[in-house]
Amino acid sequence: MAAEREELQSHEQRRGAVWLYLLPVAIFAVVALALAWGLSRDASVLPSALLDKPVPEFELPPIPGRDNHGFSRQDLGGRPMLVNVWASWCVPCRAEHPLVTRLAREGFPVHGINYKDRPEDARAWLAELGDPYTYIGSDRDGRVAIEWGVYGVPETFVVDARGVIVFKQVGQLTPRVIEEKILPLLRELERR
Amino acid sequence: MIEYGHFAIALALVTALVQSTIPLWGAARRDRAMMALAPQAAVAQFLLLTFAFATLIHAHLTDDFSVRNVFENSHSTKPLIYKFAGVWGNHEGSLVLWVWILALFGAGVAVFGRDLPATFTARVLAIQGLIAVGFLSFMLLTSNAFERLDPPAVDGRGLNPILQDPGLAMHPPMLYLGYVGFSTAYSFAMAALIEGRVDPSWARWLRPWVLAAWIALTLGIALGSWWAYYELGWGGWWFWDPVENASFMPWLAGTALLHSAIVLEKRNTLKNWTILLAILTFALSLLGTFLVRSGVLTSVHAFASDPARGIYILALLVIAVGGSLLLYAWRAPQMQSGPVFAPISREGALVFNNLLLAVACGTVFLGTLYPLGLEAVGGPKISVGPPYFDRTFVPLMIPLLIAVPVGAMLAWKRGDLPGVLARLKFALAAAAATLALTLALGGARALLAGFGFALASWIVVGSLVEYAERIAFLRVPLARSWQRLRGLPRAATAMTLAHVGLGLMILGMTASSAGRVERILVMRPGETVALAGYEVRFDGVSQVRGPNYVAERGSFSVTREGNPVTVIHSERRFYTVERRTTTEAGIATNLLRDLYFVLGERSGDGWTVRLYYNPLVLWIWGGAVVMALGGLVSLTDRRLRVGVPRPTVRSVALEGAD
Repeated sequence: MAAEREELQSHEQRRGAVWLYLLPVAIFAVVALALAWGLSRDASVLPSALLDKPVPEFELPPIPGRDNHGFSRQDLGGRPMLVNVWASWCVPCRAEHPLVTRLAREGFPVHGINYKDRPEDARAWLAELGDPYTYIGSDRDGRVAIEWGVYGVPETFVVDARGVIVFKQVGQLTPRVIEEKILPLLRELERR
Repeated sequence: MIEYGHFAIALALVTALVQSTIPLWGAARRDRAMMALAPQAAVAQFLLLTFAFATLIHAHLTDDFSVRNVFENSHSTKPLIYKFAGVWGNHEGSLVLWVWILALFGAGVAVFGRDLPATFTARVLAIQGLIAVGFLSFMLLTSNAFERLDPPAVDGRGLNPILQDPGLAMHPPMLYLGYVGFSTAYSFAMAALIEGRVDPSWARWLRPWVLAAWIALTLGIALGSWWAYYELGWGGWWFWDPVENASFMPWLAGTALLHSAIVLEKRNTLKNWTILLAILTFALSLLGTFLVRSGVLTSVHAFASDPARGIYILALLVIAVGGSLLLYAWRAPQMQSGPVFAPISREGALVFNNLLLAVACGTVFLGTLYPLGLEAVGGPKISVGPPYFDRTFVPLMIPLLIAVPVGAMLAWKRGDLPGVLARLKFALAAAAATLALTLALGGARALLAGFGFALASWIVVGSLVEYAERIAFLRVPLARSWQRLRGLPRAATAMTLAHVGLGLMILGMTASSAGRVERILVMRPGETVALAGYEVRFDGVSQVRGPNYVAERGSFSVTREGNPVTVIHSERRFYTVERRTTTEAGIATNLLRDLYFVLGERSGDGWTVRLYYNPLVLWIWGGAVVMALGGLVSLTDRRLRVGVPRPTVRSVALEGAD
């Protein structure tokens, strides 16, 4: 009797275990589906994750030695503004810097998110190239940038008066993008 | 010429079809003649693919621009070594290398596997043949390197300049040796599932193949990381880029496999788990190939984005991995489970190792594919970067690393943890001293670095203590210790080497991330700046001309307290054919530190320069080399050379040849 019951039990256990053995193939099926879906789309198009969505809640400390303000969600809204994500180690940022400066001269506030940078490097960079930014937040570990959906530096966002992201430029700004997209958009937002 | 190569590929496909079907049938019917076809077909396939590969290499070396692959990826002014390396520096050519290595391993099993049971060899080679069918047809249908160009071109388009580098010339072959080498583990696992039998001798047959693949993959990843370090000019050595992760995942799974196979071999347990690991390791290798080749994930490395190719590789992946996992789900529950063991034992420690490596591999997998998965269910498009991996992967590694010397000392079946810890008191003291020294020198900010250094010394000293105990170092006369050392199985030395290598790697990683000094500034010729105790004088920039590029070369004189140390040259190269600029960092390296200088853009009357001081960074790759060396020593262990004692004439002959 006892032996029989034991056998039955071990049989039961094995039946339970069979599902365990199916687990790898089930997980793989999910992965394969995701990969198949991944193939069906164009990976080079980068949709803006937060486009037409409010800016995420965030608060960044200042770059020490620049000012004491920092940069947070509260600084956005009221009127259209630009947010430029940059780093001193980023070569395209250096190249687009005159364009960022130009946008600031057009009278639109430009804020900066200083991405994964050292304060001393960031300060030296600003001293060398000029500082067009109203507020700069120092995102040393890059976590706020993740919340903004940043792929890499540089990136530039246009935020409207309600604090909603209405445009995003992935990569370096070009005079053409500024002339054809960003400035017309900012002027229209200003008129609203 | 190239047509012969093309023809050889087609013949190899036919051979692979034969190899994958008839021996499998023969094994089921116990038909000796049909089974004997497998080794012959495997060797024939190797010869055919060697010939095909040679014709492609010939076309590249002789600048035959009537071959499309040569036209698209080469140029007559390219130095000879890169004409050679350029053969696999592109999608089609790298596939030829892939199948050639697959055939190499198949022929290896055919030649060295003569003392395996006939049905087993036949089944292993049939599975290898199936993989070859998949990849050869993929090549012929979507990615043919042997096509002609009509009319032929006068000259080629050139090779991406950042790929023209000695380190990268060797990187893909090593990586592929690793990826494809794990196909043998996969075939062994599949054959075992078909036969329904797994025993210690199976693990012993498996071991040399897994080891060979693991050594190659270790070196391949290290080469890739080293290349990224000196070529990309950012001074970083690991970026958690999807393509890096794609090679790292099979390494983690393969490392787990290497350890679980030991348990199966010595204690006849963990059978199903070892089989599953063997399948998953190769599955991750295939996934790596898929990720790089399909363009599913955007990455700096992805160099072939073609949906048709992606769909084909995905189909291959589904058949190979899905099929094997189904077979696993069907057959594995019937395997006899092995003897039980106490949680605190060598087996227990190796299970702990496997658990953590598997979970770590899972986190890397999740981090790599999560963006895709999130997007698939309608979420935003994101990228997962180092912060994720720092928070998930690193904490998982810490208990694993702490356990390394402990696990190596525990006895099989039932271990004595307090006893082992008492024997490790020297290692513990070394770790504590390292931590205290780091804190004393660097203050409270150096806590994390101190922890890393302590971990490194714990592993290195702990491994050495274990080794010293084995040879009774200082406890018996030295001559006696020497005798014991000579009598020690090579596997013991191998383990110590591999673990010490791991410790050295941790040392290099900790030191180079915590102690790095970085200065980015504009320097005018003649200007001097201080960098981590050195004085760096910028001597100016001269124009130089290379074989297929022109360059600005910046020279830096480095002194220490006025005494000359070295002169470093850093170049910005402009490749005239490809019209691309690359930076060549100037690096002065010794065992203790790298001075790493990069010349940037001209800025006014000076140049932007980036100066880095990277302490002990060499040991990241040095540690990997020591680890691989451990693998190599293990490969020469007597039990692998001699194999299962079996008094046949043939195995005696093999021994004689050894």
